[in-house]
Amino acid sequence: MARVDALGQFSARDQDAILVRGDCRMLRVMNAVKPCRPTRHHHPLRSTLLLSCLALLAALALAGCQRSGALPLRLTNLSGHMPNLSFSLTDDQGKAVTASDYLGKVVLLYFGYTHCPDVCPLTLAHLHVVMQRLGPLADGARILFVSVDPARDTPEILHSYVTAFDPRAVGLTGSPRALERLSKDYRAAFSREPDQANGDYEVSHSAGVYIFDAQGRARVLASPAASQDDIVHDLHLLISQEAKP
Amino acid sequence: MTRTRTSGIASIMRARVWPLAAACLLVGLLPCAAAQATAAQQVHATQAWIRVLPGALPAGAYVTLRNDGDQPVQLTGAKSSSYAQAMLHQSSMSGGMSHMSGIGSLAIPAHGQVVLAPAGYHLMLMHAIAPVVPGTRVRLTLEFSDGSSLPVEFLARPANAIGPDSH
Ligand SMILES: [Cu+2]
Repeated sequence: MARVDALGQFSARDQDAILVRGDCRMLRVMNAVKPCRPTRHHHPLRSTLLLSCLALLAALALAGCQRSGALPLRLTNLSGHMPNLSFSLTDDQGKAVTASDYLGKVVLLYFGYTHCPDVCPLTLAHLHVVMQRLGPLADGARILFVSVDPARDTPEILHSYVTAFDPRAVGLTGSPRALERLSKDYRAAFSREPDQANGDYEVSHSAGVYIFDAQGRARVLASPAASQDDIVHDLHLLISQEAKP
Repeated sequence: MTRTRTSGIASIMRARVWPLAAACLLVGLLPCAAAQATAAQQVHATQAWIRVLPGALPAGAYVTLRNDGDQPVQLTGAKSSSYAQAMLHQSSMSGGMSHMSGIGSLAIPAHGQVVLAPAGYHLMLMHAIAPVVPGTRVRLTLEFSDGSSLPVEFLARPANAIGPDSH
């Protein structure tokens, strides 16, 4: 059974099990097992307590469902399954940044490396088209390209790389430990392949794009097979939801 | 060939062919006889483009190769005076992870085609000799297992291009 911590988030160990199930149903089940049990003695105070307990549960379940269900998102739903965006890295201007610097923007998080000439540029080129299709709304989003190759990806190289794709793309690098921690948060493993004779090497890396809402909550995952239409659709919802209240 | 036929016409033809053959021998090792076409002769390249990345970063080259011959051919790699190294590569996905690895050769079936396109087969171009400017053309010489080679002009395109054509 999945565990829920104080913030209502699933522990990392349970994410795999939960990812394949309907989240609202799961939330109700989880809330139901919380210690709010009726007793045999119908003490008036107890009854009031029980009622407010039930009301709280209903509210919690509703809130959980509204968070993930109110928006008809098309990509793989991540709501409640993955931790909020959190990192402490260096951006492509050489400035120390944390996830809170991007609060207020919908974030598209992608792990890659600049010496990757095929899949990484393809993904970033697709995201550029997505941003173009969003028009003025695109300013409500940022593409965060996180390097999985800090040995070669200096802020300078990252800067020329990401700006070649889209003005709203930011390159992030940092200590191997900080990068590993961030990638582990989203189970986006990466590994360096053996060096070739000339010292060049490739890095295998997770291929999906993780999309966070403007509050830094993980919302959807765009797999490499995801259609551009679906990505535009979901970003449109997430960005305009932010613009409304 | 007419060698096995002994009609009068064949004799005349043979008489005409001999001086021609002799001329060829004089010129050198010209392929006089209708020898089997080389891979380079039967393969046609279209949609050839390179995604240029900033600075000294490696680039991916893509092309569609059609084989009009009756025999399959093997692409083994490429050479270019614009890059120090060109490698035949394949990107693949497994378990949500993206990998890239070198392949020794790529078969193009008889009367068939092979597409080198992003996220699949590509030529990885390393260490440009001089900066490659988007909009210009770069010649790559494709190499086949029979030793033949095919020069192809690749269009250099910007990093955020999706394919060979601007749109
Ligand atoms: Cu490659």
